[in-house]
Amino acid sequence: MQPNEWLFIGIFFIVALILPAVPIFLAQLVNPKRPNKMKQEAYECGVETVGDAWVQFKVQYYLYALVFLIFDIEMLFLFPWAVAYNQLGLFALVAMAGFVGILGVALIYAWRKGALEWL
Amino acid sequence: MAEFLVNSGWNANLAQIVASVLGAVVLASFGLVWIIFSIWLERKFAGRVQDRIGPNRTGPYGLFQTFADVGKLLTKEDITPEGADKHVYNFAPILAVAGILAIFAVIPFNHAWVGADLNIGVLYFVAVGSLTTLAILLAGWSSNNKYALLGAFRAIAALISYEVPMILSLAVPVLLAGSMSMQDIVKGQSIAYIFVVPVSALIFFISQLAEVGRSPFDLIEAESEIIAGFNIEYSGMKFAMFYAAEFIHAFVICILTAVLFLGGWRGFGAGEPGYELFGFIMLMTKSVAVYVLVMLLRSTLPRIRIDHMMAFNWKFLVPLALVNLLVVMFLARPFVPDYAAAEALVAQGGFAGLIGGIFGAGFIAELPRAVVLLIANVIMFAVATQLLHRYGEAQRAKLGVRPVAATRAPAMASD
Repeated sequence: MQPNEWLFIGIFFIVALILPAVPIFLAQLVNPKRPNKMKQEAYECGVETVGDAWVQFKVQYYLYALVFLIFDIEMLFLFPWAVAYNQLGLFALVAMAGFVGILGVALIYAWRKGALEWL
Repeated sequence: MAEFLVNSGWNANLAQIVASVLGAVVLASFGLVWIIFSIWLERKFAGRVQDRIGPNRTGPYGLFQTFADVGKLLTKEDITPEGADKHVYNFAPILAVAGILAIFAVIPFNHAWVGADLNIGVLYFVAVGSLTTLAILLAGWSSNNKYALLGAFRAIAALISYEVPMILSLAVPVLLAGSMSMQDIVKGQSIAYIFVVPVSALIFFISQLAEVGRSPFDLIEAESEIIAGFNIEYSGMKFAMFYAAEFIHAFVICILTAVLFLGGWRGFGAGEPGYELFGFIMLMTKSVAVYVLVMLLRSTLPRIRIDHMMAFNWKFLVPLALVNLLVVMFLARPFVPDYAAAEALVAQGGFAGLIGGIFGAGFIAELPRAVVLLIANVIMFAVATQLLHRYGEAQRAKLGVRPVAATRAPAMASD
Protein backbone atom coordinates (compact mmCIF):
# COMPACT_ATOMS: atom_id res chain seq x y z
CA MET A 1 0.00 0.00 0.00
CA GLN A 2 2.91 2.37 0.63
CA PRO A 3 3.54 3.67 -2.91
CA ASN A 4 -0.20 4.15 -3.46
CA GLU A 5 -0.42 6.52 -0.53
CA TRP A 6 2.30 8.72 -1.95
CA LEU A 7 0.58 8.60 -5.32
CA PHE A 8 -2.52 9.91 -3.58
CA ILE A 9 -0.53 12.70 -1.94
CA GLY A 10 0.90 13.70 -5.31
CA ILE A 11 -2.49 13.73 -6.97
CA PHE A 12 -4.00 15.57 -4.03
CA PHE A 13 -1.37 18.27 -4.37
CA ILE A 14 -2.16 18.77 -8.04
CA VAL A 15 -5.90 18.94 -7.29
CA ALA A 16 -5.25 21.36 -4.43
CA LEU A 17 -3.29 23.60 -6.81
CA ILE A 18 -5.96 23.46 -9.50
CA LEU A 19 -8.95 24.17 -7.26
CA PRO A 20 -7.93 27.73 -6.24
CA ALA A 21 -6.62 28.43 -9.74
CA VAL A 22 -10.08 27.84 -11.25
CA PRO A 23 -11.89 30.80 -9.62
CA ILE A 24 -8.96 33.09 -10.39
CA PHE A 25 -9.14 32.00 -14.00
CA LEU A 26 -12.95 32.46 -14.06
CA ALA A 27 -12.55 35.94 -12.61
CA GLN A 28 -10.13 36.78 -15.42
CA LEU A 29 -12.89 35.95 -17.92
CA VAL A 30 -15.62 38.14 -16.46
CA ASN A 31 -13.90 41.03 -14.71
CA PRO A 32 -13.37 44.46 -16.31
CA LYS A 33 -9.87 45.38 -17.45
CA ARG A 34 -9.25 49.10 -17.57
CA PRO A 35 -5.70 49.57 -16.36
CA ASN A 36 -4.22 53.04 -16.14
CA LYS A 37 -1.06 54.56 -14.78
CA MET A 38 -2.58 55.87 -11.55
CA LYS A 39 -4.25 52.60 -10.67
CA GLN A 40 -1.15 50.52 -11.06
CA GLU A 41 1.09 52.58 -8.84
CA ALA A 42 2.22 50.99 -5.61
CA TYR A 43 -0.37 51.76 -2.95
CA GLU A 44 0.87 53.99 -0.17
CA CYS A 45 -2.30 55.64 1.04
CA GLY A 46 -2.26 58.21 -1.71
CA VAL A 47 1.28 59.45 -1.28
CA GLU A 48 3.60 58.97 -4.23
CA THR A 49 6.15 56.24 -3.72
CA VAL A 50 9.72 57.29 -3.06
CA GLY A 51 12.52 54.97 -4.06
CA ASP A 52 12.64 51.23 -4.34
CA ALA A 53 10.30 48.89 -2.45
CA TRP A 54 13.20 46.68 -1.46
CA VAL A 55 14.37 48.79 1.41
CA GLN A 56 16.92 48.00 4.08
CA PHE A 57 15.45 46.10 6.97
CA LYS A 58 16.44 45.19 10.49
CA VAL A 59 19.12 42.61 11.13
CA GLN A 60 16.82 41.28 13.84
CA TYR A 61 14.90 39.26 11.28
CA TYR A 62 18.08 37.35 10.44
CA LEU A 63 18.70 36.58 14.10
CA TYR A 64 15.22 35.16 14.54
CA ALA A 65 15.65 33.13 11.38
CA LEU A 66 18.98 31.75 12.63
CA VAL A 67 17.62 30.77 16.04
CA PHE A 68 14.63 29.19 14.34
CA LEU A 69 16.89 27.23 12.01
CA ILE A 70 18.90 25.79 14.90
CA PHE A 71 15.75 24.73 16.72
CA ASP A 72 14.05 23.37 13.64
CA ILE A 73 16.91 21.12 12.62
CA GLU A 74 17.47 19.81 16.12
CA MET A 75 13.79 19.12 16.63
CA LEU A 76 13.72 17.05 13.50
CA PHE A 77 15.97 14.57 15.33
CA LEU A 78 13.43 14.42 18.10
CA PHE A 79 10.76 12.72 16.04
CA PRO A 80 12.41 9.40 15.17
CA TRP A 81 13.29 9.12 18.85
CA ALA A 82 9.69 9.88 19.88
CA VAL A 83 8.35 7.18 17.56
CA ALA A 84 10.61 4.55 19.15
CA TYR A 85 10.02 5.93 22.65
CA ASN A 86 7.92 3.01 23.95
CA GLN A 87 10.74 0.53 23.31
CA LEU A 88 13.63 2.62 24.58
CA GLY A 89 15.71 2.05 27.67
CA LEU A 90 16.98 4.50 30.28
CA PHE A 91 20.15 5.34 28.36
CA ALA A 92 18.18 6.68 25.38
CA LEU A 93 16.12 8.80 27.76
CA VAL A 94 19.20 10.33 29.38
CA ALA A 95 20.79 10.90 25.98
CA MET A 96 17.72 12.73 24.75
CA ALA A 97 17.54 14.71 27.98
CA GLY A 98 21.09 15.86 27.26
CA PHE A 99 20.06 16.75 23.72
CA VAL A 100 17.08 18.81 24.87
CA GLY A 101 19.33 20.30 27.55
CA ILE A 102 21.72 21.52 24.86
CA LEU A 103 18.75 23.09 23.09
CA GLY A 104 17.87 24.80 26.35
CA VAL A 105 21.43 26.08 26.76
CA ALA A 106 21.34 27.38 23.19
CA LEU A 107 18.13 29.22 24.01
CA ILE A 108 19.64 30.74 27.14
CA TYR A 109 22.73 31.78 25.17
CA ALA A 110 20.63 33.47 22.50
CA TRP A 111 18.58 35.11 25.23
CA ARG A 112 21.61 36.46 27.11
CA LYS A 113 23.20 37.70 23.87
CA GLY A 114 20.03 39.67 23.17
CA ALA A 115 19.12 37.83 19.99
CA LEU A 116 15.53 37.51 21.17
CA GLU A 117 14.91 41.22 21.71
CA TRP A 118 12.70 43.01 19.24
CA LEU A 119 14.35 46.40 18.97
CA MET B 1 -13.51 2.18 -5.02
CA ALA B 2 -10.36 1.05 -6.82
CA GLU B 3 -11.38 -2.58 -6.25
CA PHE B 4 -14.74 -1.93 -7.86
CA LEU B 5 -13.10 -0.52 -10.97
CA VAL B 6 -10.66 -3.41 -11.20
CA ASN B 7 -13.54 -5.86 -10.88
CA SER B 8 -15.37 -4.19 -13.74
CA GLY B 9 -12.42 -4.82 -16.01
CA TRP B 10 -10.10 -1.83 -15.55
CA ASN B 11 -6.35 -1.82 -15.48
CA ALA B 12 -5.24 -1.92 -11.83
CA ASN B 13 -2.87 1.07 -12.04
CA LEU B 14 -5.35 3.20 -13.92
CA ALA B 15 -8.08 2.32 -11.44
CA GLN B 16 -5.80 3.40 -8.60
CA ILE B 17 -5.14 6.75 -10.21
CA VAL B 18 -8.81 7.39 -11.02
CA ALA B 19 -9.85 6.49 -7.49
CA SER B 20 -7.14 8.78 -6.06
CA VAL B 21 -8.22 11.68 -8.25
CA LEU B 22 -11.85 11.26 -7.20
CA GLY B 23 -10.90 10.98 -3.55
CA ALA B 24 -8.68 14.05 -3.76
CA VAL B 25 -11.39 16.13 -5.46
CA VAL B 26 -14.01 15.13 -2.89
CA LEU B 27 -11.69 15.80 0.05
CA ALA B 28 -10.41 19.14 -1.25
CA SER B 29 -13.91 20.29 -2.23
CA PHE B 30 -15.05 19.50 1.29
CA GLY B 31 -12.58 22.09 2.55
CA LEU B 32 -13.69 24.72 0.06
CA VAL B 33 -17.40 24.13 0.63
CA TRP B 34 -16.88 24.30 4.36
CA ILE B 35 -15.38 27.80 4.21
CA ILE B 36 -18.47 29.14 2.43
CA PHE B 37 -20.40 28.08 5.51
CA SER B 38 -17.71 29.00 8.02
CA ILE B 39 -17.33 32.57 6.78
CA TRP B 40 -21.06 33.08 7.34
CA LEU B 41 -20.86 31.36 10.72
CA GLU B 42 -17.95 33.47 11.84
CA ARG B 43 -19.49 36.78 10.79
CA LYS B 44 -22.75 35.89 12.46
CA PHE B 45 -20.99 34.73 15.60
CA ALA B 46 -18.70 37.78 15.83
CA GLY B 47 -21.75 39.95 15.28
CA ARG B 48 -23.60 38.35 18.15
CA VAL B 49 -20.61 38.59 20.47
CA GLN B 50 -20.22 42.27 19.70
CA ASP B 51 -23.94 42.96 20.11
CA ARG B 52 -24.63 43.31 16.39
CA ILE B 53 -26.90 41.22 14.17
CA GLY B 54 -24.35 40.23 11.55
CA PRO B 55 -25.29 39.46 7.93
CA ASN B 56 -29.09 39.24 7.67
CA ARG B 57 -30.15 40.60 4.26
CA THR B 58 -29.28 37.90 1.74
CA GLY B 59 -31.44 34.83 2.19
CA PRO B 60 -32.65 33.33 5.45
CA TYR B 61 -30.39 34.53 8.30
CA GLY B 62 -28.07 35.99 5.70
CA LEU B 63 -26.98 32.51 4.64
CA PHE B 64 -26.26 33.57 1.04
CA GLN B 65 -23.99 36.44 2.07
CA THR B 66 -20.87 34.52 1.10
CA PHE B 67 -22.26 33.71 -2.34
CA ALA B 68 -23.01 37.38 -2.87
CA ASP B 69 -19.44 38.21 -1.82
CA VAL B 70 -18.00 35.66 -4.22
CA GLY B 71 -20.13 37.11 -7.01
CA LYS B 72 -18.88 40.58 -6.23
CA LEU B 73 -15.24 39.54 -6.06
CA LEU B 74 -15.55 37.70 -9.38
CA THR B 75 -16.49 40.92 -11.15
CA LYS B 76 -13.82 43.09 -9.48
CA GLU B 77 -10.99 44.37 -11.58
CA ASP B 78 -7.76 42.55 -10.96
CA ILE B 79 -4.99 45.11 -10.57
CA THR B 80 -1.37 44.08 -10.85
CA PRO B 81 0.87 46.82 -9.51
CA GLU B 82 3.67 48.28 -11.58
CA GLY B 83 6.98 46.51 -11.16
CA ALA B 84 5.46 43.43 -9.57
CA ASP B 85 7.04 40.08 -10.34
CA LYS B 86 4.06 38.73 -12.31
CA HIS B 87 4.58 34.98 -12.05
CA VAL B 88 5.35 34.97 -8.36
CA TYR B 89 2.59 37.49 -7.74
CA ASN B 90 0.00 35.28 -9.42
CA PHE B 91 1.24 32.04 -7.92
CA ALA B 92 1.24 33.18 -4.26
CA PRO B 93 -2.55 33.09 -3.62
CA ILE B 94 -2.82 29.67 -5.27
CA LEU B 95 -0.02 28.30 -3.12
CA ALA B 96 -1.59 29.78 0.02
CA VAL B 97 -4.79 27.81 -0.51
CA ALA B 98 -3.10 24.68 -1.83
CA GLY B 99 -0.77 24.45 1.14
CA ILE B 100 -3.68 24.45 3.56
CA LEU B 101 -5.87 22.14 1.50
CA ALA B 102 -3.03 19.62 1.31
CA ILE B 103 -3.27 19.08 5.07
CA PHE B 104 -6.70 17.49 4.53
CA ALA B 105 -4.95 14.54 2.86
CA VAL B 106 -3.74 13.07 6.16
CA ILE B 107 -6.65 13.88 8.47
CA PRO B 108 -8.42 10.73 9.69
CA PHE B 109 -12.14 11.56 9.54
CA ASN B 110 -12.97 8.18 11.04
CA HIS B 111 -11.39 4.75 11.33
CA ALA B 112 -11.85 4.15 7.61
CA TRP B 113 -12.02 7.55 5.95
CA VAL B 114 -8.53 8.90 5.62
CA GLY B 115 -7.00 10.24 2.43
CA ALA B 116 -3.59 8.68 3.03
CA ASP B 117 -2.60 7.34 6.42
CA LEU B 118 1.08 8.24 6.06
CA ASN B 119 3.44 6.82 8.66
CA ILE B 120 4.93 10.32 8.92
CA GLY B 121 1.57 12.10 8.99
CA VAL B 122 2.55 14.58 11.70
CA LEU B 123 5.74 15.57 9.92
CA TYR B 124 3.79 15.89 6.67
CA PHE B 125 1.34 18.42 8.02
CA VAL B 126 4.09 20.47 9.66
CA ALA B 127 5.98 20.55 6.35
CA VAL B 128 2.93 21.31 4.22
CA GLY B 129 1.63 23.86 6.71
CA SER B 130 4.75 25.95 6.25
CA LEU B 131 3.93 26.35 2.55
CA THR B 132 1.54 29.08 3.68
CA THR B 133 4.47 30.91 5.24
CA LEU B 134 6.24 30.63 1.91
CA ALA B 135 3.16 31.98 0.10
CA ILE B 136 3.13 35.01 2.39
CA LEU B 137 6.77 35.72 1.63
CA LEU B 138 6.17 35.31 -2.11
CA ALA B 139 3.22 37.69 -1.97
CA GLY B 140 5.05 40.32 0.04
CA TRP B 141 8.23 40.13 -1.97
CA SER B 142 6.65 40.22 -5.41
CA SER B 143 4.17 43.05 -4.76
CA ASN B 144 6.79 45.80 -5.11
CA ASN B 145 5.30 47.63 -2.15
CA LYS B 146 7.04 48.68 1.05
CA TYR B 147 4.12 47.88 3.29
CA ALA B 148 3.70 44.48 1.72
CA LEU B 149 7.38 43.69 2.20
CA LEU B 150 7.41 44.88 5.80
CA GLY B 151 4.24 42.92 6.50
CA ALA B 152 5.75 39.81 4.96
CA PHE B 153 8.95 40.13 7.02
CA ARG B 154 6.99 40.56 10.17
CA ALA B 155 4.69 37.67 9.31
CA ILE B 156 7.60 35.35 8.55
CA ALA B 157 9.41 36.27 11.76
CA ALA B 158 6.28 35.55 13.79
CA LEU B 159 5.26 32.39 11.94
CA ILE B 160 8.63 30.66 12.03
CA SER B 161 9.06 31.57 15.69
CA TYR B 162 5.75 30.01 16.67
CA GLU B 163 6.63 26.90 14.72
CA VAL B 164 9.22 26.04 17.40
CA PRO B 165 6.86 25.54 20.38
CA MET B 166 4.35 23.93 18.03
CA ILE B 167 6.77 21.21 16.95
CA LEU B 168 8.07 20.74 20.49
CA SER B 169 4.56 20.23 21.84
CA LEU B 170 3.73 18.02 18.87
CA ALA B 171 6.47 15.62 19.88
CA VAL B 172 4.50 14.77 23.02
CA PRO B 173 1.48 13.02 21.39
CA VAL B 174 3.89 11.32 18.99
CA LEU B 175 5.89 10.06 21.95
CA LEU B 176 2.80 8.87 23.84
CA ALA B 177 1.30 7.10 20.84
CA GLY B 178 4.67 5.81 19.63
CA SER B 179 3.82 6.69 16.04
CA MET B 180 3.69 9.65 13.70
CA SER B 181 0.66 8.34 11.82
CA MET B 182 -2.41 10.44 12.59
CA GLN B 183 -4.60 7.34 12.68
CA ASP B 184 -2.33 5.65 15.27
CA ILE B 185 -2.36 8.78 17.41
CA VAL B 186 -6.15 8.74 17.44
CA LYS B 187 -6.18 5.02 18.23
CA GLY B 188 -3.78 5.61 21.12
CA GLN B 189 -6.21 7.99 22.79
CA SER B 190 -8.46 5.78 24.86
CA ILE B 191 -8.10 8.74 27.18
CA ALA B 192 -8.00 11.92 25.12
CA TYR B 193 -4.54 13.50 25.37
CA ILE B 194 -5.98 16.78 26.59
CA PHE B 195 -6.66 15.02 29.89
CA VAL B 196 -3.16 13.54 29.88
CA VAL B 197 -0.95 16.40 28.68
CA PRO B 198 -3.05 19.60 28.86
CA VAL B 199 0.04 21.82 28.80
CA SER B 200 1.10 20.42 25.42
CA ALA B 201 -2.44 20.89 24.14
CA LEU B 202 -2.42 24.51 25.27
CA ILE B 203 0.98 25.26 23.73
CA PHE B 204 -0.07 23.59 20.49
CA PHE B 205 -3.34 25.52 20.36
CA ILE B 206 -1.73 28.90 21.07
CA SER B 207 1.05 28.43 18.55
CA GLN B 208 -1.40 27.23 15.90
CA LEU B 209 -3.54 30.29 16.56
CA ALA B 210 -0.45 32.40 15.89
CA GLU B 211 0.25 30.43 12.72
CA VAL B 212 -3.19 31.29 11.38
CA GLY B 213 -2.76 34.93 12.33
CA ARG B 214 -5.98 35.20 14.29
CA SER B 215 -6.42 37.62 17.18
CA PRO B 216 -4.74 38.19 19.49
CA PHE B 217 -1.93 37.36 17.08
CA ASP B 218 -3.27 39.11 13.97
CA LEU B 219 -0.22 41.33 13.56
CA ILE B 220 0.27 39.90 10.12
CA GLU B 221 -2.56 42.10 8.89
CA ALA B 222 -2.40 44.95 11.36
CA GLU B 223 -4.37 47.64 9.52
CA SER B 224 -3.24 50.43 11.79
CA GLU B 225 0.49 49.88 11.24
CA ILE B 226 1.15 48.16 7.94
CA ILE B 227 -2.28 48.70 6.27
CA ALA B 228 -2.94 45.06 5.42
CA GLY B 229 0.51 43.58 5.32
CA PHE B 230 1.52 41.15 2.62
CA ASN B 231 -1.79 41.19 0.70
CA ILE B 232 -2.10 44.96 0.35
CA GLU B 233 -1.72 44.98 -3.43
CA TYR B 234 -4.05 42.09 -4.09
CA SER B 235 -7.57 42.66 -5.34
CA GLY B 236 -10.49 40.67 -6.67
CA MET B 237 -10.32 36.91 -6.69
CA LYS B 238 -6.65 36.74 -5.72
CA PHE B 239 -7.38 38.59 -2.53
CA ALA B 240 -10.34 36.28 -1.98
CA MET B 241 -7.96 33.32 -2.13
CA PHE B 242 -5.84 34.70 0.73
CA TYR B 243 -9.04 35.31 2.64
CA ALA B 244 -10.24 31.78 1.93
CA ALA B 245 -6.86 30.35 2.93
CA GLU B 246 -7.10 32.05 6.30
CA PHE B 247 -10.56 30.64 6.96
CA ILE B 248 -9.64 27.11 5.91
CA HIS B 249 -6.51 27.32 8.04
CA ALA B 250 -8.57 28.44 11.03
CA PHE B 251 -10.74 25.36 10.72
CA VAL B 252 -7.85 23.03 9.94
CA ILE B 253 -6.15 23.95 13.22
CA CYS B 254 -9.39 23.05 14.98
CA ILE B 255 -9.50 19.67 13.27
CA LEU B 256 -5.82 19.08 14.10
CA THR B 257 -6.36 19.98 17.74
CA ALA B 258 -9.35 17.63 17.82
CA VAL B 259 -7.39 14.80 16.19
CA LEU B 260 -4.20 15.16 18.22
CA PHE B 261 -5.57 16.07 21.64
CA LEU B 262 -9.33 15.52 21.82
CA GLY B 263 -9.40 11.92 20.65
CA GLY B 264 -10.35 12.56 17.00
CA TRP B 265 -13.24 10.40 15.86
CA ARG B 266 -13.36 8.36 19.07
CA GLY B 267 -16.15 8.44 21.59
CA PHE B 268 -19.45 6.73 22.34
CA GLY B 269 -18.61 3.59 20.43
CA ALA B 270 -17.50 5.30 17.20
CA GLY B 271 -14.92 3.16 15.47
CA GLU B 272 -16.93 -0.06 15.32
CA PRO B 273 -17.58 -1.22 11.76
CA GLY B 274 -20.82 0.36 10.52
CA TYR B 275 -20.35 3.54 12.55
CA GLU B 276 -18.31 5.44 9.96
CA LEU B 277 -20.66 8.39 9.77
CA PHE B 278 -20.92 8.61 13.54
CA GLY B 279 -17.13 8.83 13.85
CA PHE B 280 -17.12 11.63 11.29
CA ILE B 281 -19.80 13.48 13.25
CA MET B 282 -17.81 13.02 16.47
CA LEU B 283 -14.71 14.59 14.90
CA MET B 284 -16.71 17.47 13.41
CA THR B 285 -18.45 18.14 16.74
CA LYS B 286 -15.13 18.35 18.53
CA SER B 287 -13.62 20.53 15.79
CA VAL B 288 -16.54 22.93 15.83
CA ALA B 289 -16.29 23.15 19.62
CA VAL B 290 -12.66 24.25 19.23
CA TYR B 291 -13.70 26.58 16.40
CA VAL B 292 -16.21 28.31 18.68
CA LEU B 293 -13.33 28.98 21.06
CA VAL B 294 -11.25 30.41 18.22
CA MET B 295 -14.12 32.66 17.13
CA LEU B 296 -14.72 33.79 20.69
CA LEU B 297 -11.04 34.70 21.09
CA ARG B 298 -11.08 36.53 17.78
CA SER B 299 -14.08 38.66 18.55
CA THR B 300 -13.11 39.59 22.10
CA LEU B 301 -9.34 39.95 22.41
CA PRO B 302 -7.37 43.03 21.33
CA ARG B 303 -4.25 42.77 19.21
CA ILE B 304 -0.96 42.45 21.10
CA ARG B 305 2.23 44.29 20.21
CA ILE B 306 4.76 42.58 17.94
CA ASP B 307 7.61 42.68 20.48
CA HIS B 308 5.27 41.22 23.10
CA MET B 309 4.27 38.51 20.67
CA MET B 310 7.86 37.50 20.00
CA ALA B 311 8.84 37.73 23.67
CA PHE B 312 5.85 35.60 24.66
CA ASN B 313 6.97 32.96 22.20
CA TRP B 314 10.72 32.83 22.84
CA LYS B 315 10.78 33.64 26.52
CA PHE B 316 7.71 31.77 27.69
CA LEU B 317 6.31 29.22 25.24
CA VAL B 318 9.62 27.74 24.07
CA PRO B 319 11.13 27.21 27.55
CA LEU B 320 7.79 25.86 28.75
CA ALA B 321 7.62 23.47 25.80
CA LEU B 322 11.18 22.26 26.51
CA VAL B 323 10.45 21.66 30.20
CA ASN B 324 7.15 20.01 29.29
CA LEU B 325 8.93 17.63 26.94
CA LEU B 326 11.51 16.71 29.57
CA VAL B 327 8.86 16.09 32.22
CA VAL B 328 6.68 13.94 29.98
CA MET B 329 9.72 12.08 28.69
CA PHE B 330 10.83 10.91 32.15
CA LEU B 331 7.41 10.31 33.68
CA ALA B 332 5.74 8.45 30.83
CA ARG B 333 8.38 5.76 30.31
CA PRO B 334 7.58 3.51 33.33
CA PHE B 335 3.87 3.58 32.47
CA VAL B 336 3.83 2.54 28.82
CA PRO B 337 0.33 1.06 28.38
CA ASP B 338 0.19 -2.73 28.13
CA TYR B 339 -2.98 -3.32 26.14
CA ALA B 340 -2.77 -7.13 26.26
CA ALA B 341 -2.48 -7.18 30.07
CA ALA B 342 -5.38 -4.75 30.38
CA GLU B 343 -7.56 -6.93 28.21
CA ALA B 344 -6.72 -9.96 30.31
CA LEU B 345 -7.60 -7.98 33.42
CA VAL B 346 -10.94 -6.96 31.94
CA ALA B 347 -11.65 -10.56 30.93
CA GLN B 348 -11.22 -11.61 34.57
CA GLY B 349 -14.24 -9.51 35.46
CA GLY B 350 -14.73 -7.83 38.82
CA PHE B 351 -14.24 -4.07 39.18
CA ALA B 352 -11.72 -3.86 36.33
CA GLY B 353 -14.21 -5.75 34.15
CA LEU B 354 -16.92 -3.23 34.97
CA ILE B 355 -14.73 -0.20 34.14
CA GLY B 356 -13.38 -1.96 31.06
CA GLY B 357 -16.92 -2.74 29.96
CA ILE B 358 -17.87 0.94 30.10
CA PHE B 359 -14.73 2.67 28.80
CA GLY B 360 -12.95 -0.17 26.97
CA ALA B 361 -9.78 -2.06 27.89
CA GLY B 362 -7.58 0.69 26.44
CA PHE B 363 -8.84 3.05 29.15
CA ILE B 364 -7.50 0.78 31.90
CA ALA B 365 -4.20 0.32 30.09
CA GLU B 366 -3.64 4.07 29.78
CA LEU B 367 -5.04 5.09 33.16
CA PRO B 368 -1.81 4.98 35.27
CA ARG B 369 0.16 7.04 32.77
CA ALA B 370 -2.70 9.51 32.41
CA VAL B 371 -2.97 10.07 36.16
CA VAL B 372 0.78 10.60 36.64
CA LEU B 373 1.11 12.93 33.66
CA LEU B 374 -2.00 14.90 34.56
CA ILE B 375 -0.68 15.61 38.07
CA ALA B 376 2.71 16.63 36.64
CA ASN B 377 1.00 18.89 34.10
CA VAL B 378 -1.15 20.60 36.69
CA ILE B 379 1.93 21.33 38.79
CA MET B 380 3.81 22.59 35.74
CA PHE B 381 0.89 24.83 34.75
CA ALA B 382 0.61 26.23 38.28
CA VAL B 383 4.32 27.05 38.40
CA ALA B 384 4.27 28.63 34.93
CA THR B 385 1.26 30.85 35.63
CA GLN B 386 2.73 31.78 39.02
CA LEU B 387 5.97 32.85 37.30
CA LEU B 388 4.02 34.93 34.78
CA HIS B 389 2.05 36.50 37.60
CA ARG B 390 5.20 37.41 39.53
CA TYR B 391 6.77 38.87 36.40
CA GLY B 392 3.66 40.93 35.72
CA GLU B 393 3.59 42.22 39.29
CA ALA B 394 7.28 43.17 39.13
CA GLN B 395 6.78 45.01 35.83
CA ARG B 396 3.81 46.90 37.21
CA ALA B 397 5.72 47.83 40.35
CA LYS B 398 8.57 49.09 38.18
CA LEU B 399 6.28 51.23 36.04
CA GLY B 400 4.10 52.24 38.95
CA VAL B 401 0.79 51.22 37.41
CA ARG B 402 -2.00 49.21 38.91
CA PRO B 403 -3.76 46.28 37.20
CA VAL B 404 -6.45 47.24 34.70
CA ALA B 405 -9.26 45.69 36.70
CA ALA B 406 -8.45 47.79 39.76
CA THR B 407 -8.37 51.11 37.91
CA ARG B 408 -11.75 50.70 36.19
CA ALA B 409 -14.03 53.45 37.41
CA PRO B 410 -17.29 52.48 39.13
CA ALA B 411 -19.04 55.29 37.23
CA MET B 412 -19.60 52.77 34.40
CA ALA B 413 -22.69 51.56 36.24
CA SER B 414 -24.59 54.74 35.37
CA ASP B 415 -24.71 54.18 31.59
